[in-house]
Amino acid sequence: MSPVVVTVADLTKRYGDVTALDGVSFSLGENRIYGLLGRNGAGKTTLMQILTAQQFATSGEVAVFGQHPYENESVLSRISFIKESQTYPSNLRVHHVLRAASLVHPRWNEELAQQLVDDFRLPPRRNVRKLSRGMLSALGIIVGLASRAPLTFFDEPYLGLDAVARQIFYDRLLADFTEHPRTIVLSTHLIDEVSDLIEHVLLIDKGRLLLDVEAEALRGQVLTVAGPVAAVDEFARTGAELHRALLGGTARATVRGDFGPADHDRARALGLDLEASSLQDIVVRLTTATNGSAPSTPGVTRKEVLR
Amino acid sequence: MEDGRPIFLQIAELLENSILDGTLAEEGQVPSTNELAAFHRINPATAAKGVNKLVDDGTLYKKRGIGMFVSAGARAKLRGRRRDEFARQYVQPLLAEARKLGIDPAELKHMIDTWEETR
Repeated sequence: MSPVVVTVADLTKRYGDVTALDGVSFSLGENRIYGLLGRNGAGKTTLMQILTAQQFATSGEVAVFGQHPYENESVLSRISFIKESQTYPSNLRVHHVLRAASLVHPRWNEELAQQLVDDFRLPPRRNVRKLSRGMLSALGIIVGLASRAPLTFFDEPYLGLDAVARQIFYDRLLADFTEHPRTIVLSTHLIDEVSDLIEHVLLIDKGRLLLDVEAEALRGQVLTVAGPVAAVDEFARTGAELHRALLGGTARATVRGDFGPADHDRARALGLDLEASSLQDIVVRLTTATNGSAPSTPGVTRKEVLR
Repeated sequence: MEDGRPIFLQIAELLENSILDGTLAEEGQVPSTNELAAFHRINPATAAKGVNKLVDDGTLYKKRGIGMFVSAGARAKLRGRRRDEFARQYVQPLLAEARKLGIDPAELKHMIDTWEETR
């Protein structure tokens, strides 16, 4: 792994009797794009707030660039955190926000910022109060990209952004990352849209870290097979079954395992239809299987799935 | 990119296909990993892994400071390897489906022999 930028050890955060983070440990490497995934209320934002010194941990250790982030100028100047639904002082105009951001981010690139203002068609002199929801999101994205911070967090940055603007975001992110590598943490529910961009997946559910794995290593590792029950049973034995649905003598099972081409052949030889799950499907399966509220199907075996 | 297989393998295969069909000539330059990443909208580290796979197996070679190039003889080598995979990838599922439908080998052979005429 590349040099470590962030280390989190046994991090726990409680708000009263609510446990937002429950003994989370992981590290982030330099110059990689991470996908921080999970359902609403899973603890993603709390985690990012603690890493950016906007919240205190209840217990556990956090090191960012090898130091404690709280009131630590040398750490915080290297971080950019773009929050969902960021608000700005209502008397500011777009160009004021960019100017303010340029003052606190030492690696700010004005040329890139202006390019992005054009790309997203933002009116530079408009008052932020009069921006649409999507334009406000675009403004946050511009700040996040143009700051070129060595550690950049995007927390659901695109409320109200249309599909075209989101694609512009992904393309500019990739282009600028390629030329100016840095560590980027992308928290999003639009998993299908970012699954080819992220190198590493962190999946949080109910305050616990469920996955800490290379995105490539997940590809093809969760398969859905369908066919006669006996054949599905036989295939499912070679992995951990995440979900099963039954229809008469036919079953459909989602199975996680260390699968390769030989397993695809095996499924076909058993007369099974085979489909690989997308990252989004995998996340849905894993976070449904562990929350206990999924509609239950008779005969379903739910196994705890960890790393 | 499709979901079922690692993207780096898909990138390697796309480059192989371009070599097989002559789009990428032997001794010709291969797109850079950054170009591949931008074109396919994938992580550059993943694109680099795909290219490196082909460097490791000798299909591509690196000219320091210039870029990646297709090795001499790469096309014939790839063709040989792909022929080996052909039976597994295409003949096996063909036979399995034929069996399911009750098409016996003689009938299947006849279908293949006369396929071009019936189109």
